[in-house]
Amino acid sequence: MSTPSSSLLTVLDLVPFGQTGPEHRFFALRLSRPDWPDWNRWRPGQFVMVRPLSFGLEIPWARPFGICHMTARHLICFFQVHGRGTQRMAKLAPGDEVRVWGPLGNGFAMEEDTPTLLLAGGMGIVPFVGYVNRHPQPWNLTMLFGHREPLGCYPVDSINERIPVDTLREPESGDLDDFLFSLQERIRDNAEQHGLVLACGPRPFLLTVQQLAAKFGARAQLSLENRMACGVGACLGCVTRTTAAWPVAATRETPVQVCTQGPVFWANQVEL
Amino acid sequence: MDLSITLKGQCRDLTLKNPVLTASGTFGSGLEFAPYGDLASLGGIVVKGLSLKPRQGNPQPRIVETTAGMLNAVGLQNDGVEAFLNFKLPHLPWRETAIVANLYATSPEEFRELASRLNGEPGIAALEVNVSCPNVAAGGALFGQDPKLAHAVTRAVREGAPDKHVMVKLSPNVTDIALMAKSVEDAGADSVSCINTLLGMAVDLPRRRPALANIVGGLSGPAIKPVALRCVWQVARAVSIPVVGLGGIITADDALEFLLVGASAIQVGTANFLRPDAAFALVAELPAACERAGAASPRELTGALVTD
Repeated sequence: MSTPSSSLLTVLDLVPFGQTGPEHRFFALRLSRPDWPDWNRWRPGQFVMVRPLSFGLEIPWARPFGICHMTARHLICFFQVHGRGTQRMAKLAPGDEVRVWGPLGNGFAMEEDTPTLLLAGGMGIVPFVGYVNRHPQPWNLTMLFGHREPLGCYPVDSINERIPVDTLREPESGDLDDFLFSLQERIRDNAEQHGLVLACGPRPFLLTVQQLAAKFGARAQLSLENRMACGVGACLGCVTRTTAAWPVAATRETPVQVCTQGPVFWANQVEL
Repeated sequence: MDLSITLKGQCRDLTLKNPVLTASGTFGSGLEFAPYGDLASLGGIVVKGLSLKPRQGNPQPRIVETTAGMLNAVGLQNDGVEAFLNFKLPHLPWRETAIVANLYATSPEEFRELASRLNGEPGIAALEVNVSCPNVAAGGALFGQDPKLAHAVTRAVREGAPDKHVMVKLSPNVTDIALMAKSVEDAGADSVSCINTLLGMAVDLPRRRPALANIVGGLSGPAIKPVALRCVWQVARAVSIPVVGLGGIITADDALEFLLVGASAIQVGTANFLRPDAAFALVAELPAACERAGAASPRELTGALVTD
């Protein structure tokens, strides 16, 4: 895995996704590629801390973003405007400078020959862009994507180029039942094939995946997201509790850092 | 430029290669930041608060960003002193830079036991006594708000660790911080560091809930710098032991302001979250900042504030 580094990157462009209009809420942020020595050893599911210099002293923390994709040309992050940090980020322009440190955390398991089910909820689709692009045998991948906003708000096209994506929009409760049924079927089938389930999305979504994986005995990994100040394991703001199945005896059933021990965890090893 | 500084204590001195330390709780054990700079280039590393036994800390959410600052109520989560000594300290560059153990306990007796456990550790250069954590129910801020209790805790650590430099970290959440400083000086402290976080609160309006599970937490970051400067100024005039200043330091110029009001050294805290190489960058910028300020070394600036 790559050794993390910190550098100043330049904004190449900021591409709005979804509806046109003055109030864009979804953006792909394309940054100059970091000069990190072994940048190409990053793993999908890892994240970076992003702090535009325009945050000044007013907004102290960087924001964690799962790496959407990184190539020899650029690093792409994808974000939804949610609070004051992302509001400020939505005003970035080409040439602006952004401090970025990473790649951080552990990333998803990638097993070439294993039937792998990708489960994304909303913005949880982001790390799977890189995952699908870097997987050596994408024909072993299937994906289910649940979302609230129109499909055009999410970076789903670059995934669709390589693998078919089943999408389900869930604005109403009846559709949610359909989605849950579909989730259950897919996880059960994957467990029967001794496959691998990877999930990223909002906490209630991850909780459902965790419960279904336990029910059917599926091997599943969850990518957690928590409020973070540092991203490197120091501030202890992002901790989550481990279960008795956690492999390190000293930190069993205690809070561990999501940033350095995760953000990807085996579903049976953490409490949500 | 010779950046070195000796904190001349009543009992033990502490010599630093430069006046820049990292503040407890913002820099982990130090190892977390090794990818971003040379740990040995720092004047010192004050490690995350250590207790005799492991502590799990407070429930989530524990941190929240505020304007030009942040609140934390982590509650001293740590693996305990033995785990630190066995698994972290051996990997730190303790021969090249000062490793300062920040201590937390719930009674003077426990402080004494913790201090005596560390007294013989060659890798530990000094002890910083946390009499001012606002985030734990037992002890913590109470010790830092009562001059008699602060005196008792300082005395216990002094007796437990006669071979170590003892620095006492003061709370700003008091009526008269100079009085607290005098009390711990009288109890044998070699130096004081100030300030710890300011007790604060944030509200999650849409949910009508406190932003922290602990309801209140400690405010740090650029927002508290003016309070910190005032405290260092008051403390430096009240005691004859060295003062280590902290609170919202981001740049080398910020550090020099703390020296002017009376600090001999400084600590970098929340700045480590703005960028992980903040402390290293500050050390690198220090010589040029001193030159701009017309000083041949940081030492010259301590207490050199012109007030007439």
